[in-house]
Amino acid sequence: MNLLGKLDWSAIPLDQPIIMGASGGVVLVIVSILSWVTLKGYVPYLWREWITSVDHKRIGIMYIILALIMLLRGFADAIMMRAQQALAAGGAQGYLPPEHFDQIFSAHGTIMIFFMAMPFVIGMMNFVVPLQLGVRDMAFPTLNSVALGLTASGILLTNVSLAVGEFSKAGWVAYPPLSELQYSPGVGVDYYLWALQISGVGTLMTGINFVATILKTRAPGMSYMRMPVFCWTSLAANLLIVAAFPVLTATLAMLLLDRYLGFHFFTTDGQGNAMMYVNLFWVWGHPEVYILVLPAFGIFSEVVSTFSGKPLFGYRSMVAATMAICVLSFIVWLHHFFTMGASANVNGFFGVMTMIIAVPTGVKVFNWLFTMYGGRIRFTVPILWSIGFMVTFVIGGMTGVLMAVPPADFQLHNSLFLIAHFHNVIIGGTVFGLMAGYNYWFPKAFGFKLDERWGRISFWCWLVGFYVAFMPLYALGLMGMTRRMQHYDVASWQPWLVVAAVGVVVILFGIASQVVQLVVSIRDREQLKVTADPWNGRTLEWATASPPPGWNFAVLPQVRGLDALWNKKQRERTQAQPAQERKFDPIEVPKNSPTGFIIAFFAVVAGFAMIWHIWWMAGAGVIGIFLTTLAFAFRDDEEIEIPAEQIARFEQANQAEIAA
Amino acid sequence: MRYGLLAAVLIGVATLGGCTEGVLDPKGPIAAADRQILLNSLGIMLAIVIPVIGATLGVAFWFRASNERARYRPNFAYSGRLEMLVWSIPAMTVFLVGGVAWVGSHEVSPRKPIVSTVKPLRVQVASLDWKWLFIYPDQGVASVNYLAIPAGTPVSFELTSSGVMNSFFVPQLGSQIYTMAGMVTRLHLQADQPGSYRGMSAQFSGEGFADMYFNVEAVAPEKFSEWVDTAGNVGMELNATTYAQLAKPSAAVAPFTYRSVAPGLFDSIRVSEMQSGGAMSHGHPTSMRMEK
Repeated sequence: MNLLGKLDWSAIPLDQPIIMGASGGVVLVIVSILSWVTLKGYVPYLWREWITSVDHKRIGIMYIILALIMLLRGFADAIMMRAQQALAAGGAQGYLPPEHFDQIFSAHGTIMIFFMAMPFVIGMMNFVVPLQLGVRDMAFPTLNSVALGLTASGILLTNVSLAVGEFSKAGWVAYPPLSELQYSPGVGVDYYLWALQISGVGTLMTGINFVATILKTRAPGMSYMRMPVFCWTSLAANLLIVAAFPVLTATLAMLLLDRYLGFHFFTTDGQGNAMMYVNLFWVWGHPEVYILVLPAFGIFSEVVSTFSGKPLFGYRSMVAATMAICVLSFIVWLHHFFTMGASANVNGFFGVMTMIIAVPTGVKVFNWLFTMYGGRIRFTVPILWSIGFMVTFVIGGMTGVLMAVPPADFQLHNSLFLIAHFHNVIIGGTVFGLMAGYNYWFPKAFGFKLDERWGRISFWCWLVGFYVAFMPLYALGLMGMTRRMQHYDVASWQPWLVVAAVGVVVILFGIASQVVQLVVSIRDREQLKVTADPWNGRTLEWATASPPPGWNFAVLPQVRGLDALWNKKQRERTQAQPAQERKFDPIEVPKNSPTGFIIAFFAVVAGFAMIWHIWWMAGAGVIGIFLTTLAFAFRDDEEIEIPAEQIARFEQANQAEIAA
Repeated sequence: MRYGLLAAVLIGVATLGGCTEGVLDPKGPIAAADRQILLNSLGIMLAIVIPVIGATLGVAFWFRASNERARYRPNFAYSGRLEMLVWSIPAMTVFLVGGVAWVGSHEVSPRKPIVSTVKPLRVQVASLDWKWLFIYPDQGVASVNYLAIPAGTPVSFELTSSGVMNSFFVPQLGSQIYTMAGMVTRLHLQADQPGSYRGMSAQFSGEGFADMYFNVEAVAPEKFSEWVDTAGNVGMELNATTYAQLAKPSAAVAPFTYRSVAPGLFDSIRVSEMQSGGAMSHGHPTSMRMEK
C-alpha cells in the first residue's frame, strides 16, 4: 500500500512554464511575507490580535483581505482567458492548450464566486452588522472564527491545485457526467469538490451565526422595523445561506460518493441521472445569486441615504421587497436550463416566476432614485459606485429578464450574452456594492479615510473597463458565440474579443488604482484621520469610535427609531445636553481562541488527503478536528472582563479627539 | 455618465447591423419567432429602462450638494402614491413580458412540430466526444459533423448523447436543446432557403469542445435526394463495430458519411449508456426521456 495515495512527483507540472512560473511566484511572495513577518517579530502580535481573535471586526477584516487577494487571483485568470480568446481565431490555437484553458475558466468562476464575492460579502456583514445592531459581538464568536478558518482552508486547497496536481476542467458548475470519474479521472474535480465542501460548511456556520445574531441580539429598543436596511438584507442573505447551502453540500456529497465509492447518482450508467445534479445545483445556485447581491443592495441603501442626507425612501417597501426576493429566489432555478427540453408549461412557469423577482428589484431601484430626490448629494467615492451601479444594474437586470423568456433563452443560453449578463449583475451589482462599502466603512475600521482622488480614478477605470469588456460580449452572444471556447473558427468574432480584452486591461488599471489608493492612504493616514462619524452617518456604527474598541459600545445605545444615530444627533442639536459625568460598568468580552485556526489546519490536512487518497492522513485530519472541537467544548473560561477604568479612559480619549 | 447610452447604442448596433450569421439573422420559422419574441421583450423593457437610467443620472446631477437651486427635503421618505407607482411600474412591465414569455414558450416549444404541408424529415442526432453524428432513419444513411437538410421542409430531430452532455444549436435556424445520455430530447427546425449555416455544441463538454461545430447545408429538395443517393454509395456501414470506433474521443473530425445504418442503432446509443455497470435493465423512469 502506498502511504501517499495517488501523490507523487509527477503531480507537479514541471514541464509547464506558465504554471510553474505562476506558482513559483506565489510561493516566493508567501515565503518572503512570512519571513518578513517573522524577522520583524510580528508573529506573536498576529497570533494574539488577529489569528486567534474572535472579534467580529477583526474577522470581517480578515475575510475581506482574503477576498481581495482572491480578486487578484481570479482576475489574473480573467486576463489570461481574454488574451487567449483575443488570439485564438481562425486556425490559431492561442497560447493556452485546452487542458490549461479549461482549468483557468473553471478556477476563475469558482474563485470569483466562492472565494472572492462570498468572503467579501461575509466580511462586510461581519464588520458592520453587529455595529449597526448596537451590540458587542456575534451570537457565537468562536464559531465565527472557525467559519473564517474553513473558508481560508477552501481557498488554500484551491490554490494548492495550481502547483500540485491540477484544478477541475469541468467548469465552475461541474456538471456530470463530465465531472464524473469516467470523464474527469484526474484530481481536478476532487480539489473543486473538497474545497467547496470545506468552505461550504464554514459558510453555513456563518449563516446560522448571523441569523441568530440578528434575531436574538439587538440593542435595546431596536425592533425589527427599526433595523437598518443593511441588517435586513443581511438577514435575508443569511436565511438563504441556511436554506440553500445544505443543498449544495448534499449535492456535492453525492458527486463525491459517485467518484469515490462508485455510486450512481449522476453517472450515465446504473440509472444515474445527471439532470438531477443540474436541478439540485441550481436550487442552491439561484439563491446564491441573491446571497451575493442582497447585502450589496443593503450597502447601496445605506450609502445613498447617508450621502443624500435623507432617510431611505420607502423603508417598509424595501424590507418587503428584500423578503419577497428571499422567498421567490427558491422557485426560479429551472431558468438556468430551459434548454433541457421540459414542457412549455414548466418553462413558462419558471420564466414568469423569474420575472416576478424583477418586481421587488425594480422597486428597490425606484426607491434609491426617490431617496436621492430632494437630497443634498455629496459626490464621494461610495456614491459614485452607487450611481454607477444603478445605471449598470438596470441593464443587467433587463438582459436577465430577457433570458427569462424561454424562446429568447433557447437562442442565448450558454452564449457570451449570458456571460455578459451575469457579469453585468455580479460586477455591476455585487462588486460595485462591495467597493462602495469598502470605501464607506474603511474609515470606521481603521480610523482614516481612503484617498478620494485615487478612489475616483479607480471607479472610472472599473466603470469604463466594465462596459468596454462586456458590451462586446453581448454582441458576440447575439452573433452565436458560445462560452468556454479555447479557440474558434469564425474570424468575424475576433475584433469584438480584442475590444473585450482592452476592456479587461482598463479594469486592471482600476484594480491597480485601488492598490495605489490603499498605499497612498496608509502613507497619508495622519491627514486622513477621522473621528467617530466622518460621513455624518445615520446608523449606530457611526456612534462609536473609529476604529471601534473591542467592546464596540461602552454603553449599549438606546434605540428610539429608525436611523438611530441621526435621530440622536437631531435631538442633541435641539436640546443642549448638560455635560455629565458618565459611569461605566465592566464589560465581558469573549476570549480569544485558537480553535478556528487549529480546525482550519486539520481541515486542510483532511481535504488534501482525501483529494490524493491518503486515507490515514484524512483520518488523522478528521480526528484532529473532532478533538479540537471537544477541547473547545470543555473550556473553563470563555470570557474576559474589561475593567471599567479602561473603558472610561478610552471614552475620555475618544471624546477629547472628537472635541479637538 | 454616457456609458449607459453607449451600452444601448452598442446593443442597438449589434441588433441592426453587426450580425450576419447570428441569432438576429434568422433563416427559418423557429429562429424568426425566437427573434421576434426577443425583440418584443427587449422593446417593452427598454421603454422602462432608458427613462430610469436618464432619471437616475438627472436626479443625481440636479440634487448635487453644490446646486443652490435644488430644494433640500430632508424628511421626504414616504409617499403612498409614489409607493403605488413604484410597485406598479415594474409589475406592469413584468405582466407584459411575462405574457410574452408564457405565450412564447408554448408557441415555440421545441417539442411542437412545425405545421407544414411538406412531410417532415426525421434526423436522429447523437453527440459524441467531440463530434456530431446525424442519422437519417428513413433514408438509411448517416453523416458526421455535417447535416444536409432540404430547404422548406420541417426537420424533426431526436437527440441523445453518447456520454457527456452537449447542446445542439444552429443559431440561424433557432432553438437549441440539450443532448443527454440515456434520454431523448425533441426539436423541430426548418430552413426556409438554401444556405450554409453554422451549427455547434453550446454546452461545454471537455477538451475537444471548441472543435465541436458542424455545417448545416440546406439545399433544394432534389439536391437533397441526390445527396442521399451519393451518400448511400460510399463509405462504411454504421453498425455496432464502426460506431464503437467513432465513439472513441477525437476532435476536429472532417465530415464524412455512412453508406447505411444498422437498424436500431440510435436506440442502442441511448440504451447502452444505461445498461453498462450491470444495473437493472428495465425501463428508465424519467419524465423527459420520451414524449409523444
